[in-house]
Amino acid sequence: MLDKILFLLCLAAALADQRCMPGAPQGFHVRLSIKTALGDEAYVWNENEMFLFRASLAFAMRNHMGGQQFEVSNIIVCNETERVSFWFVVTSPLDTSQLIDQENVEVAVRKSRNRINGAFLLNDKTLEFIGILPTLAAPFIPATPPWLIAFGVVMGAVGAGIIIMLVSSVVQRKRKANEKTRDEDNDEETRVKTVENGAARDGVYNMSFSEDERFTEM
Amino acid sequence: MWSFLLTLIFSHLHIISLKMVQTKESAVEERPKWDNKAQYLLTCIGFAVGLGNVWRFPYLCQIYGGGAFLIPYLIALVFQGLPLLYLELAIGQRLRLGSVGVWNSISPLLGGVGIASSIVSLLVSLFYNTILAWVLWYFFHSFQDPLPWSSCPLNENRTGYNVECEKSTAVNYFWYRETLNITPDIEISGSLQWWMVICLVSAWCIVYICVIKGIDSIGKAVYVTSTFPYLVLTIFLIRALTLPGATTGLVHLFTPRWETLLNPQVWLDAATQIFFSLSVAFGGLIAFSSYNAEKNNCERDAVLVGVINSATSLYASIPIFAILGFKANNAYLACLDKNILSLTNAFDIADQNITTDTYDQWVTYLNETYPDQVLKLSLDVCDLQDLLDQSASGTGLAFIVFTEAVISMPGSQVWAILFFVMLFSLGLSSMFGNMEGVLTPIKDFKLVPKWMPNELFTVIVFVLCCATALIFTLGSGNYWVEVFNSYVGSVPLLIIALFEIIGVIYVRGMKTFSDDIYYMTGRRPNIFWKACWMVISPVMLLVVFVAYVVVQAQKHPSYPAWNPDFEEFPKTEPKPYPDWVFAIIVLLCAVPVISIPLVAVYKLICRGMKKTSVDLNPYNNYAFEG
Repeated sequence: MLDKILFLLCLAAALADQRCMPGAPQGFHVRLSIKTALGDEAYVWNENEMFLFRASLAFAMRNHMGGQQFEVSNIIVCNETERVSFWFVVTSPLDTSQLIDQENVEVAVRKSRNRINGAFLLNDKTLEFIGILPTLAAPFIPATPPWLIAFGVVMGAVGAGIIIMLVSSVVQRKRKANEKTRDEDNDEETRVKTVENGAARDGVYNMSFSEDERFTEM
Repeated sequence: MWSFLLTLIFSHLHIISLKMVQTKESAVEERPKWDNKAQYLLTCIGFAVGLGNVWRFPYLCQIYGGGAFLIPYLIALVFQGLPLLYLELAIGQRLRLGSVGVWNSISPLLGGVGIASSIVSLLVSLFYNTILAWVLWYFFHSFQDPLPWSSCPLNENRTGYNVECEKSTAVNYFWYRETLNITPDIEISGSLQWWMVICLVSAWCIVYICVIKGIDSIGKAVYVTSTFPYLVLTIFLIRALTLPGATTGLVHLFTPRWETLLNPQVWLDAATQIFFSLSVAFGGLIAFSSYNAEKNNCERDAVLVGVINSATSLYASIPIFAILGFKANNAYLACLDKNILSLTNAFDIADQNITTDTYDQWVTYLNETYPDQVLKLSLDVCDLQDLLDQSASGTGLAFIVFTEAVISMPGSQVWAILFFVMLFSLGLSSMFGNMEGVLTPIKDFKLVPKWMPNELFTVIVFVLCCATALIFTLGSGNYWVEVFNSYVGSVPLLIIALFEIIGVIYVRGMKTFSDDIYYMTGRRPNIFWKACWMVISPVMLLVVFVAYVVVQAQKHPSYPAWNPDFEEFPKTEPKPYPDWVFAIIVLLCAVPVISIPLVAVYKLICRGMKKTSVDLNPYNNYAFEG
């Protein structure tokens, strides 16, 4: 009796191993680049890490196919290489001879990709599931484009500057006009009285103390 | 009674002195002047030092054999650039008028030279400010994390990246699509890009606020705009020299390849670079020096401005090439990494066993053991020299190559902001010269009605310029900027400079000009200046002009078009200019220059008519007519 059970188990294991191989129709090729991601803090890939991988994959399958209690034993791994790459297939918990089809596994992995990545401190590029493209993160689009804010600040300052300069020049001009009329009034009072002779305007003044632009500048 | 007389006399003397001061002030008020010498020098340096010093000189240095290029460059500076500069500063300072007035004073037949300068300044300022608008656009976009040109946007259904962006690079996509939204052909005008329009209006507003009060405001603005670029260049220099790969870039730049000196194209490019870099023949330098005191040592000013301009070019090329070396180094390492990844994945070698240092050994080993598999992988050829040779000049350098380099530098936003503010100050100080070349002649000729204040007149000119420059904000705007850049800012300037030298030295006369200089600086020009003015510079200018025209005429002008449907995309598609564009090019070259003969003929006709008309006024004395 015991040998029969042993024989069946070995057969099952052998069958299972045959289902997991490179290029398996329901399997996936996984590649990890731990040293690239973590550099000096890289951990060594050993059996415990593999156990964690299988456990996280079982978690992903449980999340996706609700109700079915996937166990670590349902994740079969083979063809481990030095690269740290391997193939895996997933068996159904209800019937270990049945493999879960590729689409379901793909959706399951996609859903829990972040969690699986996090368990290994890796990202989509360094923990690759060949064939499962990572969903591209939607870029963050803020409500107001930031460049408009910068533009608004700069143009506000420039516009304020222009208005200030124009207003100040207008005020200055008004002040100068006022001063000029005041100066002219003063001149009228202190100018030595002359005979305002229209004809004499074209001729030569003989007014020693009057302002005359026809005198050449020294 | 005596005391009464005395007080009367003293009060009137006081009033005379006041009045004399006032009249002096009113006479000086008509021509503004610089607050101090530093403002004048900074303005001239700012005008001469422009975008070309940063993005044209390093490119020329690189393609023409690095250190060897400095020889034709310095020869052109000494024998062509400095004499022309000295001539313009001296004549402007002596005759104290803008460019049109100066040439009218020398001879009414030469008045067209000034008009030609003004037209060229106007046309150049139109497209130059568009470049500043582009710089502003990039500056506004540098306040984001991550920088918008660092990654491609997603396509519509979010399954991948935008196709155009994937085929070229994110940086190219941001420049050609998101900034310019460029059309594939110059004939397809596209529509006005609203974001470009508001950037253009901002650029014109910023120039306006600096030019609003003429040289009063310009003189203060240049304290910042002329000195800030040097500060930024120094910061970049220190940063760039600490980047990995910087030394490879610098070695590549300065390694002299003496055989390039045998190529006449090198000498031609050196001469044109000096000529256009110093911004002579624009009329702006004449305008600036006309606001100087009469007795100012313009010889020293000219040498100072010329030398500083060339020194700035050299100084700017060092951080630029250090950063380009860094970029090439990055590209080389990325190429190697890509190959390493393919090898690691194909042969299941442990992660990071193949590094960039051990790459060559691994490749030879794998080629020996598994040659077929290695061949199947089709590894890229990674050549550092090849990457270093990929050079760019002009807008390509600033908006594509440099922005790509900035992404890889830590703290990218800071470097991007600094870089674009530096470009903006460089361009802004050159714009001052351009606008002064346009505004000063109009003011000198009193074409402005008396009731119109200066600010209003400036606003009108600016609004007209801005409205005309809107053509550069169309989809095909970049192609038009290239047209203007290549043809307006080249042949007409050479002709104007030739006429300037001939006008001053031969029409005004070397003797009168020497007297002018003696009056201004206290000594006559020495034999070097005389030889240059009379023989060397005109001959060099003529040779450069003829060679330039010959080189341009040899090939039908074409332009690189950004066409996503081109087979070899992302390479630009070389397309020939259509005939109507060619006609516009010819117009752009001809219209400024044609004013020289037109004005001469017009004045001759006027003089001919005057001589024939009977003059009844006995007091008219022809001796004093201009």
